[in-house]
Amino acid sequence: MGAIQNKLEGPVTDELALVQAAKKGDDSAFEELVRRYDRNVFRIAQHITQNREDAEDVVQEAFLKAYSNLAKFQEQSKFYTWLVRIAVNEALMKLRRKKPERTVSLDEDIKTEDDSLPREIADWSPNPEQQYTQAELREILSKTIQGLPPGFRTVFVLRDVEGLSTEETAAALELSVPAVKSRLLRARLQLRERLGRFFQKRGNGNGDGKSGDGNQ
Amino acid sequence: MKCSEFLHELTNYLDGVLDEHTKVELENHLSWCHNCYVVCDTTKKTIEIYRDSQLYELPEDLRSRLRSAIMTKCQQHKRRGPESV
Repeated sequence: MGAIQNKLEGPVTDELALVQAAKKGDDSAFEELVRRYDRNVFRIAQHITQNREDAEDVVQEAFLKAYSNLAKFQEQSKFYTWLVRIAVNEALMKLRRKKPERTVSLDEDIKTEDDSLPREIADWSPNPEQQYTQAELREILSKTIQGLPPGFRTVFVLRDVEGLSTEETAAALELSVPAVKSRLLRARLQLRERLGRFFQKRGNGNGDGKSGDGNQ
Repeated sequence: MKCSEFLHELTNYLDGVLDEHTKVELENHLSWCHNCYVVCDTTKKTIEIYRDSQLYELPEDLRSRLRSAIMTKCQQHKRRGPESV
């Protein structure tokens, strides 16, 4: 069992040239940056807000903010990391406006202990995702990730879906590397446990996700 | 290696950033501890399923509408000056 391979090591070779051209007023260079990253920003925004209209707004607001603040971009980090930071902040602001009764923060207190073993340990069927249609699977994945606190799903989507490195994720979220790692572990374990209800082996217990054989 | 130590190193292991010594210890633990093997395997699958899921893909028609709206707003901003955002 080996390491997960990141799917995305973004094309950065001419990113700096595009940014510099855009800074000098070349709008077609900025449009190329939009074209390059709009899908990523939309995915991140929808993961955080869990709402399509909000995600559309976040995409527009994030790019407009990037455009209007381009002169302040220092070019010491990747443009994409800087853009992600803007988009995450916009998305979290949307959530705060919608759910003012709940604190929406990347620093929220999480009850699970880092070193606690998962409660339910049941093996999954081979290729469990193939038990469902594409539409069913998307529904399952969407509902499952919605159940995570925003701070967890934000780290998970940046690190595991978008393929940012731990350091880039930390920079984009203004968190420390250990904080990113801790949230990532908890996010991954919580998602694993929740998905187990849909993916665990048939006949390995009562099928309702409570058939784990306990911790050691 | 104990189960709790395995869990502590799980993210580093899946990300491929463990030092060789710890990696060998962890894989030795996985060879006899079925529960930890299952946790490791299903956590890896969780990540792969989300990564490959194409959840929240931006449809092409919406994508061009958004891009055009963004560029229109950027041009308005340029005309009005830096105080407009």
